[in-house]
Amino acid sequence: MRIELVKRPQRSALFSMLSPFIALGLTLVAGAALFLALGKNPGEALYYYFVDPLHETWSLHELAVKAAPLILIAVGLSVCFRSNNWNIGAEGQFIIGAMAGSILPVMFPDFQSWVVLPLMLLLGVAGGAAYASIPAVLKARFNTSEILTSLMLVYVAQLFLDWMVRGPWRNPAGFNFPETRTFHAFATLPEIWPASGRAHWGFIFALLAALVLWFVMTRTLKGFEIRLLGQSPRAGRFAGFSREKMVLFSFLVSGGLAGLAGICEVSGAIGQLRPIISPGYGFTAIIIAFLGRLNPLGIVAAGLVLALTYLGGEAAQISVGLSDKVARVFQGMILFFVLACDTLIHYRIRLVAEPAVRGEGARADV
Amino acid sequence: MDSTGDAAAEPLLEVRGLSKIFGTLKACDSIDLEIRRGEIHALLGENGAGKSTLVKMLFGALEPTAGTIRWKGQEVAIRSPGEARRLGIGMVFQHFSLFDALTAAENIILSLDDPAPVSAVAARARELSRAYGLPLDPQAHVGDLSVGERQRIEIIRCLLQDPELIILDEPTSVLTPQEADKLFDTLETLRSEGRSILYISHRLEEVKRLCDRATVLRGGRVVGHSDPRRETAASLARMMVGGDVPVVVRDKPAATREALLEVRGLNRKAGHPFAVSLSEIELTVHAGEILGVAGVAGNGQGELFEAISGEALQESADTVRICGHAAGRHDITGRRLMGAAFVPEERLGHAAAPFMTLTQNLLLSRYRTDARAFLGRLGIIRNAVVASAAKRVSTAMDVRKGSEDPEATALSGGNLQKFVIGRELDRQPRVLVVNQPTWGVDAGAAARIRQALVDLAKGGSAVLVISQDLDELFEICDAIAVMHGGRLSTPVPIAEATYEKIGLLMGGARPEATSGLPLEETV
Amino acid sequence: MFEDILITIATAATPLLLAAIGELVTERSGVLNLGVEGMMIMGAVTGFAVAVTTGSPWLGVLAAILVGAAFSLLFGFLTLTLVTNQVATGLSLTLLGLGLSGMIGESFVGRAGVKLAAIRIPYLSDIPYIGRLIFGQDPLFYVSILLTAGVVWFLFRTRAGLTLRSVGDNHASAHALGIRVITIRYLAVMFGGACAGLAGAYLSLVYVPQWVENMTAGRGWIALALVVFASWRPWRLLVGAYLFGAVSIGQLHTQALGVGIPSQFLSSLPYLATIVVLVLISRNRRLTMMNTPASLGQPFVPDR
Repeated sequence: MRIELVKRPQRSALFSMLSPFIALGLTLVAGAALFLALGKNPGEALYYYFVDPLHETWSLHELAVKAAPLILIAVGLSVCFRSNNWNIGAEGQFIIGAMAGSILPVMFPDFQSWVVLPLMLLLGVAGGAAYASIPAVLKARFNTSEILTSLMLVYVAQLFLDWMVRGPWRNPAGFNFPETRTFHAFATLPEIWPASGRAHWGFIFALLAALVLWFVMTRTLKGFEIRLLGQSPRAGRFAGFSREKMVLFSFLVSGGLAGLAGICEVSGAIGQLRPIISPGYGFTAIIIAFLGRLNPLGIVAAGLVLALTYLGGEAAQISVGLSDKVARVFQGMILFFVLACDTLIHYRIRLVAEPAVRGEGARADV
Repeated sequence: MDSTGDAAAEPLLEVRGLSKIFGTLKACDSIDLEIRRGEIHALLGENGAGKSTLVKMLFGALEPTAGTIRWKGQEVAIRSPGEARRLGIGMVFQHFSLFDALTAAENIILSLDDPAPVSAVAARARELSRAYGLPLDPQAHVGDLSVGERQRIEIIRCLLQDPELIILDEPTSVLTPQEADKLFDTLETLRSEGRSILYISHRLEEVKRLCDRATVLRGGRVVGHSDPRRETAASLARMMVGGDVPVVVRDKPAATREALLEVRGLNRKAGHPFAVSLSEIELTVHAGEILGVAGVAGNGQGELFEAISGEALQESADTVRICGHAAGRHDITGRRLMGAAFVPEERLGHAAAPFMTLTQNLLLSRYRTDARAFLGRLGIIRNAVVASAAKRVSTAMDVRKGSEDPEATALSGGNLQKFVIGRELDRQPRVLVVNQPTWGVDAGAAARIRQALVDLAKGGSAVLVISQDLDELFEICDAIAVMHGGRLSTPVPIAEATYEKIGLLMGGARPEATSGLPLEETV
Repeated sequence: MFEDILITIATAATPLLLAAIGELVTERSGVLNLGVEGMMIMGAVTGFAVAVTTGSPWLGVLAAILVGAAFSLLFGFLTLTLVTNQVATGLSLTLLGLGLSGMIGESFVGRAGVKLAAIRIPYLSDIPYIGRLIFGQDPLFYVSILLTAGVVWFLFRTRAGLTLRSVGDNHASAHALGIRVITIRYLAVMFGGACAGLAGAYLSLVYVPQWVENMTAGRGWIALALVVFASWRPWRLLVGAYLFGAVSIGQLHTQALGVGIPSQFLSSLPYLATIVVLVLISRNRRLTMMNTPASLGQPFVPDR
């Protein structure tokens, strides 16, 4: 028995639509098997993972809180991945964005005015973009692998944040805890609907970013340039587009959005800087970008699904006693299945029983 | 053993009803073929007729869908190239199956089924290269070799197996006429040793000269067996094409002296290890003129194209002038705005993005020159306008496609090439630079493309055609210059050009030397 | 003292060398597996779990090798059989590995480990200065050196190695000659996985004999960078691994000496050094283009 790929004459529109859903379905099946192996009732566990968190209004708010940074980062990454630039350091850009945005409330706590928040957001974007420009410039200028450099910078950013909150930025009135002072009211991102839950404006920014990038990607020359350079760099050069400028552009966009996500998270959800401000949002966003098929609107949906795994992980830990580490296994499996299912878009998969006599092999097409 | 009696008469290879189906496409449809011992058998057909598919099945690289292959009377299933080699079938590929990073000797070893030490293989290879007049350096890295040298490695690699049947796929398409002559000598030696050769070509003159019998394919089917010596080139062509081959109509060139494309003192260093550097290139193309650039592949044609198109910029603005503007410091978009249009060699992946639709591919080279029509505010693409332009191009060039707006990869080579050329012609460019306009394209499409180039020049544009196909250049050009080792010869006016003369230049002879040689009539 | 430092450098360098030599073979066959970090951490956790459960560190090492190879098969199936994007698939292998190892290792956090004992050749290891360095190290140190020599021999002296390099140079040509491209790549990927698993076991059984979540701390990625740094040559890889070992040990010793530099800055040195080294090597385009396997990362679908 062997697997053969048969190229489709055109890419399949049907499977372009279906593949994320098939992947999710397969993840659920694999997840159920995993729960069974861990000695839990799969039905119950899946219920706590994917249904329970949707029951109450406040938990829907929590979903938006988790989804906001994920979607913001992932739509930025989609621009990178579409243009064939592999920014996998969004986690670092998120951290630097959060730190840059925190300069005002941490270092100038007496500067209290309505301009503080907009300035913080701008600084967050600038910080993330600037940090992302390092691997971008190295790639454009020296052809250095952006995959490795952007990832290395994640560790550097984590250590830098750790040093700042334990050292220069430690709260003078904080009993030596490694954290900054809490942000004042002018530096706090408001909640959308405070009466019912914690969801803050970061979620609105995420939706706006997705909408704008969707428009750019599908309707404008810039979107065409991004896709063309990603698919076929040589044809892109023939069209007169610059690969180097696109490296910079895509990293600045995704770094800026990751930075925005960082400052939104800190000023909207946490309220101060701590040594660890992200449960791996920058990496989970990679999964979301692919699950959303690199389409900004698809990414909104995918971001909500992955946000659910974070909440579900907590819910299942409390109610069924499942380790919260299972959530990360889930996330890893989703990406695996998404990539596998995307094969169906370009190929038909054929199972061929090794023929005893040539030409008489049993075949089953998918 | 009754087979011994008429072993000579019994065919070496006999193919019956061989078919290969890819998806819905019948690449080979019930092919019959018979190759006798000691003959050179031509396999004729246009691009896409199924020649390559057929020989890949004979060499075990593709699995037939149906049909039988008999080798010396025995039915055989050739499941891999290794099995083909063990039977005594050797193959010289068209797009060489060599490894650039390895040495010639290592390349040869990889095709031997019994592991032999490098030194022994190198010694055997040297011996063969002397015996058949195929000079070769076993220690040279293949990436540094010319196409002719690469082909010699392929042939020696094949001969090392002592094959009884040698398959050659379009062997002369990469050679100068003189190199081709040497190859024919080698092939005739092999025939005299009793080996059989299956010779794939679409060049009819050489088939007539060399081959004992011919099998003609069209659309995946055998349309005839014949003795090429009794046919004329025209009658063979009719069999291949299935009708009369369209002839390019060419009026006397309109004589103007307005230089539209000028290149002065162009030098370019090789950008990567296997590239060719350009030195002191000079050329001028006037309005109404078609200048051809001949040359063996890999002598800097691609580099020249990139330099003129602006994919690579020049040091000085005056090195390239387009319609009187200094273009050397302008990128490809800037040069398009000066009135130039470009068609690169590779259709998929350079001229067109494989997974984009024709409409998007039209936008690819024209979003700036036609910005007013194609783009709205904020760079929003006016899809309907672009789509109608794509449709106009498809109609004008008779592009055959399966759906309204397919992806580029879904089109056949000839149809995509017609689209890519039509996309530029639709702009009525004053200067057109095209690299290998009809490479791998069927005769009908090729004739259409050549006619379009001739018509464009007649309308007063300057056309620069870079091509390896000498027949093509002789058919449409006013003058032919030759590229060799990154240098360009002075153009030879078409009235003075002969295959012999151009061929010698392609081989690297200096122009002064050629004029002194006696001109022989070419075949 | 000097000898101690050299030995600690060797312990820091060995896991990098083990992981990188495997990836080098994988990449020489034309496959870019960015999942080294994931395979390594899976090796670390299974190595530790099996060693602690059975009490035998050698069984732990064996389990780590097998799990590393099995985990790489997942990558192989996706990229070679289903022809998925190698970069994305490698990333997903890393993410899955980090998640899975966290889950598997949860009950082992804080448990005392079993250390793989160092070999001590009598008398020879007592030679001053170099005795322990050459004759008194842990067994995997010797494995890493022998493995490097073995890979050199295999790649450049054997027919199979030539075939593997040919597949990495041009898979279409190799296929036309009847070389089984996919099979060779599967084997190369699994060798890479086994080496990464072994490297992980080194971390959890020799380097710090305990299990800590995310204990690879980017070493898999540094190994990937080392392959580029070495321009796909095994001996240069050895040099690179020891240079990196020296950087990370140097920063640890500096921290211990209590110089006024914040520890976080020193800890980030290996990561910054990786970036600097990558820039230095990749700005020489001719060198990288001459040495990079030409079909690295390219998808291959044989026609039948």
